[in-house]
Amino acid sequence: MPEKIDRIQLQELMEAGAQVVDVLPGEEYEDQHIPGAISIPLKQLSPETARQLSKQRPVVLYCYDYQ
Amino acid sequence: MSPRAAWRLESLGFSRVYHYVAGVADWAAAGMPVEGNLSSVTTAGAAAEKETAMCRPDDPVGEAAAQAASAGEDSCLVVNDHDIVLGRLYYKDLELDSGVKVEDVMDPGPSTFRPNVPVLEIAEFMRQNDLETAPITTSEGKYVGMLRLPDAVQAARRDVAGRGSGD
Repeated sequence: MPEKIDRIQLQELMEAGAQVVDVLPGEEYEDQHIPGAISIPLKQLSPETARQLSKQRPVVLYCYDYQ
Repeated sequence: MSPRAAWRLESLGFSRVYHYVAGVADWAAAGMPVEGNLSSVTTAGAAAEKETAMCRPDDPVGEAAAQAASAGEDSCLVVNDHDIVLGRLYYKDLELDSGVKVEDVMDPGPSTFRPNVPVLEIAEFMRQNDLETAPITTSEGKYVGMLRLPDAVQAARRDVAGRGSGD
């Protein structure tokens, strides 16, 4: 089950090398995103697009807010 | 969206999946750096001054007022030991020798603004509402700075001029 985290936990995971994924539409990613985050919009999340992620490292996903 | 994406990623064989529920809105509202097209827009946090008159809730009103007056301010921001903004003390009409504490007469829960809001937006709001200053805090209420109207207007004009020359 995916674990919910807060901002402090996100920073700790980033320091530990986590992959950060922005799942918002591409335009919103272009407007503003967390430094180092890559864009995989939710509608495009598939086995193919997920291949750019490593299964050996934690992955953190986020969107705009509590949506 | 991110909970659904997290479950989807787990179904694709990923075992260490997390979702940052509060999202980029929370990140930016905490004054954290962001990347993207909007990162070139001057924000309230960037235009705000760090220095402002501050006092503690249990300070005597007279002391707090004297400190604010010596700094040329008509009010004092009330913060706790963690720099969380609890109130604002407007001392002009107060009995300063009464021995009363700040927390007894302060304006609790003053209007504050997030550091990631574009300064143009806040400058317009401040002008429409006759605000000379606007406390900037994170989403947790932690003090970031005090935005003064002349600084807000100047920063907003620079942003608008910059956009015009770049088009």
